[in-house]
Amino acid sequence: MTAIPLVALVGNPNAGKSALFNALTGARQKLGNYPGVTVERKSGRISLDDGRPVELVDLPGTYSLDPTSPDEQVTRDVILGRQEGERLPDALVIVVDASNLDNHLRFALELIALGLPTIVALNMVDLATRDGLELDANTLSADLGVPVIATVAVRKRGLDHLRGALEGMLDGGPRQLRPSVPDIGFDARRAEARRIARAAIVTETPSRRLTAAVDRVALHPVMGLVVLLSLLFVMFQAVYAWSQPPITMIEGWAAAAADAASAALPDGLLRSFLVDGVINGVGSVIVFLPQILILFFFILMLEATGYMTRAAFMMDGLMARVGLSGRAFIPLLSSFACAVPGIMATRTISDPKDRLTTILIAPLMTCSARLPVYAVIIGAFIPAQTVGPGIGLQGLVLFILYVAGIIGALIVALILRVTVTKGKSSGFLMEMPKYQFPRIQDILIGLWQRAVIFLKRAGTIIFASTVILWLLLSFPKPPVGSNVSPVDYSIAGRIAGGLNVVMEPIGFNRDISLALIPAMAAREVAVSALATVYSLEANDDEAALERSLGDRLKGRWSLPTALAFLAWFVFAPQCISTIAVTRRETNGWRWPAFMVGYLFALAYCAAGITFWIATAAGL
Amino acid sequence: MRLHLFPLRQPGYIDSVDWSVLSASEGQRLREFGVCEGASIEALHRGGLMGRGPLACKVGRMTIAMRRNHAEAIDVRSGPETPAQ
Ligand SMILES: Nc1nc2c(ncn2[C@@H]2O[C@H](COP(=O)(O)OP(=O)(O)O)[C@@H](O)[C@H]2O)c(=O)[nH]1
Ligand SMILES: [Mg+2]
Repeated sequence: MTAIPLVALVGNPNAGKSALFNALTGARQKLGNYPGVTVERKSGRISLDDGRPVELVDLPGTYSLDPTSPDEQVTRDVILGRQEGERLPDALVIVVDASNLDNHLRFALELIALGLPTIVALNMVDLATRDGLELDANTLSADLGVPVIATVAVRKRGLDHLRGALEGMLDGGPRQLRPSVPDIGFDARRAEARRIARAAIVTETPSRRLTAAVDRVALHPVMGLVVLLSLLFVMFQAVYAWSQPPITMIEGWAAAAADAASAALPDGLLRSFLVDGVINGVGSVIVFLPQILILFFFILMLEATGYMTRAAFMMDGLMARVGLSGRAFIPLLSSFACAVPGIMATRTISDPKDRLTTILIAPLMTCSARLPVYAVIIGAFIPAQTVGPGIGLQGLVLFILYVAGIIGALIVALILRVTVTKGKSSGFLMEMPKYQFPRIQDILIGLWQRAVIFLKRAGTIIFASTVILWLLLSFPKPPVGSNVSPVDYSIAGRIAGGLNVVMEPIGFNRDISLALIPAMAAREVAVSALATVYSLEANDDEAALERSLGDRLKGRWSLPTALAFLAWFVFAPQCISTIAVTRRETNGWRWPAFMVGYLFALAYCAAGITFWIATAAGL
Repeated sequence: MRLHLFPLRQPGYIDSVDWSVLSASEGQRLREFGVCEGASIEALHRGGLMGRGPLACKVGRMTIAMRRNHAEAIDVRSGPETPAQ
């Protein structure tokens, strides 16, 4: 039996390994212009020109074979064939950044010394040219003793050459590592790398330094902070300002679908299922797709330009005060999109206690699943007026909710670092990549992927939770002639009635209690659940059917209740996936249990305090 | 002169590094970033008010961010890098 040859892409962080992987396999791995985007091994198939299949693996970047964090450990283990259930690679493709050869060649020399068949992909030659640097791949190849192929991964340049070179590499017998390489040592390798890098330079003309110029503003103690806050502020303003037309459109479709279903079907269970459960329930969540995509657009832009590491730099001072480092800010900012990849990204943090703390506070960052919840309440209770030139009140409130999450996270980190994750604060050492202009197709693909993920969620977990809730709300039916409301009489209504005893003191009503239980699966379900409850209740009242969920809420909830509900969702850990990934990343139930416990306690207190204050203030 | 006091955007090279005040993993990471005796270095941006924040500097062709305690361990001289390197 001949196994498919295994080829590993390896190199420094941000050299373009994932971009090359995507270009070769047609995959859509996440790219980002900062170190630590890829945190686990990913594999894909390519076929060489002679038709042979090859398994290509993309690995987290690392600076040497001495790992300092969990993601780098994976790379070392795969390269040395120590990864469980995995064979030694048949060949390595070392990806180096042409504009930073001195440094990348040092690691390349360490890898070449392993004795595996090796090709060097001299990537980012376009960036080197931008910096006025011209390199000779042949000289480099002669010095390194392995083939060197110039590539521009993001423009798919040099790929044919690379595949051709791979073909030649993969003939030959089974591989083994060179036995006990006489290691020349770190310093000798560095000197050698430098010599080789110098020798490969054809011309070098100092050129304008875009990155240094931008950084003079972006990293300035005062201006940089203004830039960071403005970016976040504009992001939340845009979530409202840009989203109204598409939202109105989707709402129109949903209303038309509900009308059509009501007209076509006789009054009964099927109609109720379709209209109350599916269209009004799940539809109430899908309406928020435009807002979620706007949020992602900004996050993708920040990731692609290289600003993420600058944000980390700006935040390091503050993060240090709570016992973390600026590095931890990157996973936290990623958690704006979703806590799950945010928690995975903590694998780049070397200190175990730093990492655990970051995992524990990641759910406090406002993930995009909270956006529908916030948006529906804000839409219903906060007037759409401006409070200053270009500043909408709704966007402002959203911004405040996000900031509340961040401040909450920092306070919790501070407390954790002197109690359960006590330890010496670790340092902040990070490479800062050059800025790049985001590539429009990368951004569009990123948005498309998020839209698919969101719609899949709506079609699976949100749909299923809503349908189950609809069932529990529809049965048993009250006896004919009784004047108990069907919702009160249903199983779900009775359960919620019980839970409500606990929730009433913090201003929640039965409907909220009802929505919170299925929302354990995913936060958005709180919205679809409320929509289903009110859609069911509105059945007799034909006029009510015309109104949106927001209008229905406005009629039934007091402002303090709505605010308490928002405060609850700033903290509540209502997401099965987050709990599951926390269990996986911390190897046990202890920390996820702790996380869920402290977050619910916080959510309860925050909602209660908000409600009491708002009530006392006469809102 | 220690790196944290070194004027911004002036060419310099590393005279010596006091590895003993750095933890093993921090020392390793700094070396992997190219910090070593003789390497060219340029302090670029100081973060935070009153110089308490991190420092961005260019080592060779790479821009890196470090904290003040790292910068304090690095002794820098002005001028182009040494030919010895
Ligand atoms: N200009 C240019 N950018 C590239 C090239 N290859 C990758 N990139 C960009 O460099 C960044 C890092 O790439 P990525 O593949 O995520 O690096 P990895 O950390 O090695 O996987 C991303 O923003 C890519 O879009 C290239 O050849 N030229
Ligand atoms: Mg990658």
